[in-house]
Amino acid sequence: MKRHLPLLLLIALVVGGPWFLSDFGVTLANYIGLYAIVALGLVLLTGIGGLTSFGQAAFVGLGGYATTYLATVHGWSPWFNLLVALALTGAVAYAIGFITLRMGGHFLPLATIAWGISLYYLFGNLDMLGGNTGMTGVPAVTLFGWELKAERHFYYLIWLVLLLAIVGVRNLLDSRSGRAIRALKGGVVMAEACGVNTAQAKIVIFLIAALLAAVSGWLYAHLQRFVNPTPFSLTQGIEFLFMAVIGGIGHVWGAVIGAALVTITKQWLQDWLPQLLGQSGNFEIIVFGIVMVLVLQRARQGLWPVLLRLAPGGREHRRTLPAAEPLPRRTLPEAGSLLLEAREVTKRFGGLAANQKMSLTVSAGEIMALIGPNGAGKSTMFNCISGISPASEGEIAFLGERIEQTSSREIASRGMSRTFQHVRLLPQMSVLENVAIGAHMRGKSGTLAAALRLDRNEEARLLAEAARQIERVGLGEHMFDPAGSLALGKQRIVEIARVLASDPCLILLDEPAAGLRYLEKQALAELLRKLRAEGMGILLVEHDMDFVMGLADRVVVMEFGEKLAEGLPEEVQQNPMVLEAYLGGVE
Amino acid sequence: MDLQIILLLGQDGITNGAIYALLALALVLVFAVTRVIFIPQGEFVAFGALTLAALQAGKIPGTVWLLLVAGITVALLDGINLLRERRFSRLPPLLLANIGFPLACAGILWLVPPGGLPLWAQVVLAMVLVVPLGPMLYRIAFQPLASAPVLVLLIVSVAVHMAMMGLGLLFFGAEGSRTPSFTELSFEIAGAPLQGQTILVVLASAILIAGLYFFFERTLYGKALRATAMNRTGARLMGISASMAGKLSFTLAAAVGVFSGILIAPITTIYYDSGFLIGLKGFVGAIIGGLASYPVAALGALLVGLLESYSSFWASAFKEVIVFTLIIPVLLWRSLTSKHVEEEEE
Repeated sequence: MKRHLPLLLLIALVVGGPWFLSDFGVTLANYIGLYAIVALGLVLLTGIGGLTSFGQAAFVGLGGYATTYLATVHGWSPWFNLLVALALTGAVAYAIGFITLRMGGHFLPLATIAWGISLYYLFGNLDMLGGNTGMTGVPAVTLFGWELKAERHFYYLIWLVLLLAIVGVRNLLDSRSGRAIRALKGGVVMAEACGVNTAQAKIVIFLIAALLAAVSGWLYAHLQRFVNPTPFSLTQGIEFLFMAVIGGIGHVWGAVIGAALVTITKQWLQDWLPQLLGQSGNFEIIVFGIVMVLVLQRARQGLWPVLLRLAPGGREHRRTLPAAEPLPRRTLPEAGSLLLEAREVTKRFGGLAANQKMSLTVSAGEIMALIGPNGAGKSTMFNCISGISPASEGEIAFLGERIEQTSSREIASRGMSRTFQHVRLLPQMSVLENVAIGAHMRGKSGTLAAALRLDRNEEARLLAEAARQIERVGLGEHMFDPAGSLALGKQRIVEIARVLASDPCLILLDEPAAGLRYLEKQALAELLRKLRAEGMGILLVEHDMDFVMGLADRVVVMEFGEKLAEGLPEEVQQNPMVLEAYLGGVE
Repeated sequence: MDLQIILLLGQDGITNGAIYALLALALVLVFAVTRVIFIPQGEFVAFGALTLAALQAGKIPGTVWLLLVAGITVALLDGINLLRERRFSRLPPLLLANIGFPLACAGILWLVPPGGLPLWAQVVLAMVLVVPLGPMLYRIAFQPLASAPVLVLLIVSVAVHMAMMGLGLLFFGAEGSRTPSFTELSFEIAGAPLQGQTILVVLASAILIAGLYFFFERTLYGKALRATAMNRTGARLMGISASMAGKLSFTLAAAVGVFSGILIAPITTIYYDSGFLIGLKGFVGAIIGGLASYPVAALGALLVGLLESYSSFWASAFKEVIVFTLIIPVLLWRSLTSKHVEEEEE
């Protein structure tokens, strides 16, 4: 209920607004709505995806100018122009995103500053767009034969669009695509290893943010009935980001709160500051700049989480999962057949060879343990095999196909799944959602389906699968807890559940028993035995020798990046070289 | 377009390019040391130029008030910490540097009418008034966020730029200023006049770049900054304080900015908001260098200057459009040639 309270409140406000607002109040509310639509895109892009743009105002301008030009010069219908504006903005954003999103995080915002400026000057200098004076005579929008001429009427259109956008973004975030988007901030390596196409997820949120901005621009043009370059300047683009940050960049409601707060404060400061300072000018930017720095220093999450804390009632964690058909499973290779073969794998970091001609094999229905002292190169070997950090030399074959140059995402989709030595979970997300990322590859529904809630059947099946794996590893009681709140040992088990949710045939476990208690270790060993019996291949790095020797079928020992010994557990335990490596030589 | 125009435009381009190169170097420096993308660099350019113009007009520049307020803020922030930690002996130097020094500046301005001073003294005074804002800015806005992700630092940087631009409008008004030339010398090359001011700008930039090179290669502080740029944690373990490195790099960047502003003030009219575009053009240069290579950044900046100058001849209305759109092919080239390894933040 609490989740929907702000939405219901907003709907009530929207419907009732024009009844009690003055003319000026309606104007202000219209602008708040327009800005909130843009800020909502930034919440998705910056707050959730960890990317940012200072150039959203230029996208607003693209939307506004496109419809103005087409309506005034060609006399096209505003609704058709909306489609053209969206297509145009989408194409531009896609091109920009394609170029900059591949690079480090800060190149995108820098590029948006540059192209925000260049589009602004373009609007101001193109004669066909009216130069700096702009264009007038934009027609009113007609909706079901009702001409939205008065601001009081246009208000409904703006806020309806905003409401739909909020609902759509919220739906999106609570879905398969949404989990991929939420993994972008701090979980790219993990998400790729789970088969998530993170580059695509980045483009998608950049496009959504740009399209929301274009819609806002379209609305703006038909509200104002004229356009000029000023409202599409870089300064405005920066202000959009301010709104989102001040309101709460991680929450959809932050966009609305931020837009309202900044718009109203700006209005007030614009009246008050010039009087105080005895000069006219945009002095409110001084206040906004300083407030912004303070917000980022003191409360980086913005205002919305503060408001949430003040509101009565705790957070609801638990929900009941709807019953769902189980997901189809892949047919596992026959027990004993070769799954993985690594031959003479060498990995160099500059001059240092972390792996030197390492070879190993794993078969279906077998537990292979990779052991060795700290720094022997076991995790490096894992990274080579799983495609996180490709090998410098050597051959790796998985299910008979070479994979040493294959991306971790592709490898994951072929049925290899891994955990990480340094746990890679998304601490804010629930255990259930974290495990559901593992099942990402087993679903298909995309962004649009998620926003429109057409994915519910598949989503229920994905969540049911995640829940099943969580129960299986024995963490059922923690299903709805934030993953970051679990003890480290249990977080490792969550990673195992995530691995299982991907329906793999080969799993790579990097120190799964570290941080577990005795009984928990026994339960884990029991689980691994069961998986082996089902025909899964397991490659295991572990330091706990009791655990390894009681469980593994074969053992490979590494030291200084090279293979020291290989064989049955009993053989390896007797091997004098292994004893020396572990216990030190006897003089 | 004849040879004369080509030379004239080239001269213009090189002059501006030299300034952009200076700014690009400072931007690379600040980013490497602190991971801050230093958008307010442009405001230091504008503040430098306009402070000098105000001094020459015999007015008290508003930057002195900013210096006082910023100094008091720093003194309060650090002073409270010192009091809490009971390190009283550190208090007098703190107060002297952050309150005494700005007061002394204000006193000098009040006692000596700045309009009558010789040019070099006005230049020194302008530097002295504006450059200390660099480290103070670092202390107030960036030091508390030293470990924040690049993205947060960038947003702070933009916020600081907005605030300083607003303050620029407050201090200097909406009208632009242009200071008289430092030199009236003029030569003639192949029929095109060569301004002494151009030679001065190029020479001064070259000397400053050489000076920076010497600083980084030969001095202990320069090496400390390089160490911090290469490995922040490692440098800290070696006893190089991150906040010292931050303040030092901001001081250098501010000095470069103010100096550039003073150099460019006789060539173009500077408005309170001109600095932003100038700084951004330095940025385009810095990005060509991938925010990492000093020589490539300087060359890139020179290229930006030339491109700007020639495009102003062919399509003057679209000058800015052309310069800032250049960044897109540059980024494309960089993204296709660099093998980007995903770094994880937060």
